[in-house]
Amino acid sequence: MARVWRVRRAPTALPAWLAVVFYAALVTWAAVVLFPLYWIVVTSFKLPIHVYAGPVYLPFVDFMPSLHAWRYLFVDLRNDTLRPFENTVIVALVSSTLALVLGTGAGYGLLRFHYRPRLSAILLFTATAVLVIAAMAERVHGLAAIGGGVLLFLLVRAVLGRSGRTVGNDDIAFWMISQRMLPPVAVVIPIYVMFQRLSLLDTRAALIITYTAVNLPIVVWLMRDYFRNISLELEESAAIDGASPYRIFWSIVLPLATPGLAATFLLVLVFSWNEYLFALFLTSANAQTLPLSIAAQNATRGPMWWYMSVLILIMITPVIAMAIALERYIAKGLLVGALKG
Amino acid sequence: MSKAVDRPGAEEIPSAPGARRIKTGAGWGAARLRAAADWPARQVTTSFVLPAVLLLFFLSIFPLLVSAYLSLTRFQFVPGGFALRWVGLANYGKLLVGIEQSHFLGVPKPPTVVGWLLFGLAASVLLLFAVRGITSASGRRGVVGRAAFAVVAGAGIWLAVRTLTPGGFPGTLLTTLIYVVVGITVQYWLGLWLAFLCAQEVAGRRFFRVVFLLPMMITPVGIAYTFRILMDLGKGPFAPVWRALGLAEVSWANYAWGARLVVMLGDIWQWTPFMFIVLLAALESLPAELIEAAMVDGASRWQLFWRISWPQLIPVTSTLILIRMIEAFKIIDLPNVLTNGGPGTATESLTLHAFMAWRTLDIGGSAAVAYMLLFVVTFAALSYVNLAHRRLAEAA
Repeated sequence: MARVWRVRRAPTALPAWLAVVFYAALVTWAAVVLFPLYWIVVTSFKLPIHVYAGPVYLPFVDFMPSLHAWRYLFVDLRNDTLRPFENTVIVALVSSTLALVLGTGAGYGLLRFHYRPRLSAILLFTATAVLVIAAMAERVHGLAAIGGGVLLFLLVRAVLGRSGRTVGNDDIAFWMISQRMLPPVAVVIPIYVMFQRLSLLDTRAALIITYTAVNLPIVVWLMRDYFRNISLELEESAAIDGASPYRIFWSIVLPLATPGLAATFLLVLVFSWNEYLFALFLTSANAQTLPLSIAAQNATRGPMWWYMSVLILIMITPVIAMAIALERYIAKGLLVGALKG
Repeated sequence: MSKAVDRPGAEEIPSAPGARRIKTGAGWGAARLRAAADWPARQVTTSFVLPAVLLLFFLSIFPLLVSAYLSLTRFQFVPGGFALRWVGLANYGKLLVGIEQSHFLGVPKPPTVVGWLLFGLAASVLLLFAVRGITSASGRRGVVGRAAFAVVAGAGIWLAVRTLTPGGFPGTLLTTLIYVVVGITVQYWLGLWLAFLCAQEVAGRRFFRVVFLLPMMITPVGIAYTFRILMDLGKGPFAPVWRALGLAEVSWANYAWGARLVVMLGDIWQWTPFMFIVLLAALESLPAELIEAAMVDGASRWQLFWRISWPQLIPVTSTLILIRMIEAFKIIDLPNVLTNGGPGTATESLTLHAFMAWRTLDIGGSAAVAYMLLFVVTFAALSYVNLAHRRLAEAA
């Protein structure tokens, strides 16, 4: 056996029989990946009879494709189909942009500046915020609660003085990235109550805010690693010339980081596009996104696969396009993440 | 509001003169002037990180605290609104010993002989593990950690043995653990095999790489429906096969294990690409010298991979398992859309369990399930990092 496996000449040459085995395996898995997608495409062009009479596989050979499902969803049910699509596009684009803006700033700040917040100040801020919100829940007037909170905070902080343990950049970064570990279901009910109090339930704004927060850790994580590889010299010389940090960040750092920004944006966009849990809790009709509206089809047209297939296709085609565009970056980005862990 | 928010931020910045804000190391300590003129400059550096910190604070830390409180209360409608009644740990008690026990932990039955044997084996391994923690000089924290892990893992295996015997029924806790363990194991070995294939010099590698990546990006809800359509034994594409086997009139959705299997198939289909793409990138970034040296010595392709390449992949492997473990515990879309958690509660994951409780307005119970999930994820991740990941990450 060992003799057969031995590589004798060029290190890359595969023995012919081995190449056949490898190809068979590769093609098998490619079929496993592509066949479900093919089946959805084919089903979207089928008439009910083509489904109920048992499977038919090849359009034009086994059956005549029909556009009836597409026409029904895009012409007859126009708004019902397009509104979730529009919601998804807007929510995904806006929340990804916001997450990118906030996360890029934080990732850069955590790498270049020193932050030394005191532990006592953080705890005090948390306690004050809890008190203020509890007071507001007890129907104390909002301004009074906030004003009281600010006063309390300033007072106690003055008493505590400027001593005590501080936390550093690494702690902040670890805290942000570790938010990824939190199961979303553990925070979703209070978020639901919060948006209910703000009358934002079932609006795009609620989803945008939530998705921005959910995606922020990923952006901070990826962009911090990206900035780490950008040389400091340009930034230093600009600082000596008197450029403000904003200007350095905007005119020097961001242009250098464009590929990383693009890749991170697309990745986060895909995550927002696919998100299910928060949309499940926070939307009911108006702001429903595609995953939700499609999941809800279950009840009304469960066995009507031709409609389901069309809906699945309009949901997954954009992400497939993004996946193909992202392929090169994702491998590298994920590897960096996986190695640093 | 802005005032309350700005003040702690002022503490988060260095007291550095405005001209040199870039972190350069030299002269940094000398620059600690607390002049009032620094204040605007400090606000500038703070403004980079503060919005992100505040957003995460209000949408993550704060809700987490509120959830903890909710899990200790019972939600009730009262005239003119609702009220939260303090019930202490009753919501947790309900899950562990009360009326929700069969839902959360499952229905236990006395173990069979095989069950006893398995449990005995696992228990002795865990005992040995805990004892070795005491004898080896790993410090008091190491001993406590090992003992805690042994006790919890032992209890988990006892639960698995009792609920997986014939007549028993695993609850949502065990179902989630099954999804995590089976999913990660299959995804890893499949991903490794595919990465190994794509690392060979075969034509069309780029095509295969892109295709293999696709499922990871596809909306899970779409995957769930696609698998429902594919797995219809009577009208799906494999119907002739099922008919030949006499299964065309059967529905897997009526069998607990059939339904779980389909959920796991969907999960594996979706997440094998993640393992594949990272392992492939890691394989391709390995230094070539070792491999070339081994090749000169006449090592086979098989030996090259298992003796040289794979050991160097162990740190990446360990991190991949950690990331997937954390993510896999959150599963909800697939079981909810594929089976709606059924038959009964057979395919319900913990997140879905929390959603079901929320939908029946059992807010406290829902928060308690969510916190149970948080405990399980945290315990699993901490145990993994302390007991395996540290060692594996340094192995190479």
